[in-house]
Amino acid sequence: MSGTLNVTLKIWRQKDASAPGAFKTYEARDVSTEMSFLELLDVVNEDLQKKGEEPVAFDHDCREGICGMCSLVINGRPHGPDNGKTTCQLHMRRYKNGDTITVEPFRAAAFPMVRDLVVDRGALDAVIQAGGYVSVNTGSAPDASAVLVPKHKAEEAMDAAACIGCGACVAACPNASAMLFTSAKVSQLALLPQGDPERERRVLKMLDMHDASGFGNCTNEYECEKVCPKEIKVSHIARLNREFLRAVLCGPEEAKASAG
Amino acid sequence: MDAKNVLDAKVPEGPLEKKWEKHRFDLKLVNPANKRKYDVLVVGTGLAGASAAASLAELGYNVTALCIQDSPRRAHSIAAQGGINAAKNYTNDGDSVWRLFYDTVKGGDYRAREANVHRLAEVSVNIIDQCVAQGVPFARDYGGFLDNRSFGGAQVSRTFYARGQTGQQLLLGAYGALSRQIEKGSVRMLARREMLDLVVVNGRARGIVARNLVDGKIERYSAHAVLLCTGGYGNLFFLSTNAANCNVTATYRAYRRGAFFGNPCFTQIHPTCIPVAGEHQSKLTLMSESLRNDGRVWVPKKAGDVRAANDIPEADRDYYLERRYPSFGNLVPRDVASRAAKVVCDEGRGVGPTKLAVYLDFRDAIKRVGADTIREKYGNLFDMYHHITDEDPYQVPMRIYPAVHYTMGGLWVDYNLMSTVPGLFVLGEANFSDHGANRLGASALMQGLADGYFVIPATLGGYLASGGLDAVSTGAPEFSAAEASVTERTNRLLKVDGKRTVLEFHRDLGRLMWDYCGMGRNEAGLKKLLTAIPELRERFWKEVRVLGGNEEFNQALERAGRVADYLEFAELMALDALERKESCGGHFREESQTPDNEAKRDDENFAHVAAWEFKGDGKAPVRHVEPLKFEHVKLTQRSYK
Repeated sequence: MSGTLNVTLKIWRQKDASAPGAFKTYEARDVSTEMSFLELLDVVNEDLQKKGEEPVAFDHDCREGICGMCSLVINGRPHGPDNGKTTCQLHMRRYKNGDTITVEPFRAAAFPMVRDLVVDRGALDAVIQAGGYVSVNTGSAPDASAVLVPKHKAEEAMDAAACIGCGACVAACPNASAMLFTSAKVSQLALLPQGDPERERRVLKMLDMHDASGFGNCTNEYECEKVCPKEIKVSHIARLNREFLRAVLCGPEEAKASAG
Repeated sequence: MDAKNVLDAKVPEGPLEKKWEKHRFDLKLVNPANKRKYDVLVVGTGLAGASAAASLAELGYNVTALCIQDSPRRAHSIAAQGGINAAKNYTNDGDSVWRLFYDTVKGGDYRAREANVHRLAEVSVNIIDQCVAQGVPFARDYGGFLDNRSFGGAQVSRTFYARGQTGQQLLLGAYGALSRQIEKGSVRMLARREMLDLVVVNGRARGIVARNLVDGKIERYSAHAVLLCTGGYGNLFFLSTNAANCNVTATYRAYRRGAFFGNPCFTQIHPTCIPVAGEHQSKLTLMSESLRNDGRVWVPKKAGDVRAANDIPEADRDYYLERRYPSFGNLVPRDVASRAAKVVCDEGRGVGPTKLAVYLDFRDAIKRVGADTIREKYGNLFDMYHHITDEDPYQVPMRIYPAVHYTMGGLWVDYNLMSTVPGLFVLGEANFSDHGANRLGASALMQGLADGYFVIPATLGGYLASGGLDAVSTGAPEFSAAEASVTERTNRLLKVDGKRTVLEFHRDLGRLMWDYCGMGRNEAGLKKLLTAIPELRERFWKEVRVLGGNEEFNQALERAGRVADYLEFAELMALDALERKESCGGHFREESQTPDNEAKRDDENFAHVAAWEFKGDGKAPVRHVEPLKFEHVKLTQRSYK
């Protein structure tokens, strides 16, 4: 049931990429347990502004766990303590009176600092731009029923397609690898007949861009799977590895050349 | 105060089902080699914007796309849960292009343009083909065929879906198409940009002024045509199901530059949202309408019944939708379901701590098909509800209440999707749209993609090929003037240095609008609103406090600009609601209702689109009228009984 609690927040403040950053401590009193974590930050920001201090910058948009805009490492864990949830879906009833909560941005070499808790995750877009799609022009599609897709394959593709591109996998990985993110798209399109014609080219180009963007390699730590708010499985990384081998061993020369 | 009709909808001649085909043939074409000479600005990358930017780049146009989020993949289309309609008739239950057209015109309470709606129904089938080809993982049956479900306001199953994440999957499909063009260099993609003004040169839209949200610098972009795909203005109410960044600024600034605003009072209040929990509430979460396929809506028969839901016996429950609307039952359209919930809560029969909620109960469905089947269909929604409310909907009924969800109103456009400013096109939720006074479920995704994939690629060419577009550079005086006014306004916001935060003002405005221009509207309330809004606006400019500087990442400043625009736009909305004395769809004027509390239209006086023209600050806007002609659908009192 609803109640209130007092918590201490240690929040990372940093004016911009060139300025030094540090934790600052804020006390939050009489926090409703019905509040979401981001609503708590709203309240903190209201108080700060009343006192003439600049509010804490943080990314957020849909506040229902689907847009992938919110981030935050909360007490050392991307998106906070709950499995399968984004930060915006975290509620204060998860905490106890007197708790201290540390709040940091998603840190990775490929995610440059913008301000406070906001980073630039554009490198994830670059990976998708390198081939995370089916090359079909508008208007050239056959009837939707012309190609059948077995239900189990459609379901597995949907499991992978559920990725919201938030970058928690990168933030959790000791190597700051985006392999779970990359594999989700490779896997989705490898499972569907529509993705088949480009599968070799796609996996090689996307992996190339992944590395070029400054993401580290995967060393099977599985931290990514633990924090993924959409519970995307590392088995998709296994599929990506198979797709990679397949492309290198039996893919067309054109695909290998295009991946440079 | 109505002005003489100056609106030409440019609906093509000929039989309804041949209009679009004929129009596409009649439109002038741009030679393939010339397309790269045309610059097109696309503002917003939701379903409409992403699909338009990708499709236009595929054709060869030189496209620049801007989005307010940090990535084009995050636009609010992503949050649409339930599905997308298409007249495929894969289920053999009697669907057709004509039936989708008919249902949409009727569902919109006869306040949409017939020709537009028919075109929407026609291209709906192509949308599904396109999305499947992109690798959108729609739900399928064991034979590998696409699955369909039913949605409110229809008696056929024509809704395609990808679990409860249809909007996400469709948007990621369009984002993929857009990403492909970005890689090719045909689209220049600019994230974290907010359009703050439209630039009009010689009477034509020739560019925009935008703020780079990272460094705060004002940037100028020129083009041969500007496409606004910036969504709706539901956040005017502070609490809505919209994402935090959704705002009216782009369309409102275009309105101030000469684009007429169509039907601003047409707002959709969605019946199934999680109720407000407290003062801290920052947004409301939608529970997909698809839940009404299996959930039964009820409240206690007696007011003040404090028993727990499961302790209330069948005889003491009022399944009021099934009672009032036996043929559509729980699947009545959104406006009807929302109003019915308000009626029972007004009678004191609401449930939960605030008494502003009704039950959505899955007990009978679980008994009928088993919890596993329900989990397979709605598992993620049940989890979401459980997580937010700390109540398990497999055990106790959900509590739901209506919330602002969508705006049917938007910038007025003709059949070509062009506004009253030549060269300014408006797509998706941002235009005044094909949904009339009420949008049917699973039709927003359909309209966004129809506009972007199939309509604008044809009609934009027609405009550009008609000539008369001289070269314009961002050094033109009109650009300097727009930039100067934007900078002046931003500096003014920073200088007020009052005591109240932007959020406090936004919350105040939201409460006013919800109370007087929400689910029920009446003359006295709207008149009160028309005094209260300017007062609040005046206080805002005297008492708001925006910290930090202009040329830096400053979220409080971003919000301040948006709320300042809401405080102007709200007045237009209230005025429109006051002038439209009839009830229709989501616009419920309490003075105009049938004996059993249904919306009562006045076709004699209001079978038209109201399009508002800005006349300057402190001057009354002028209401123009586009009469609606119904040649194929008979105007009747909408009935779902």
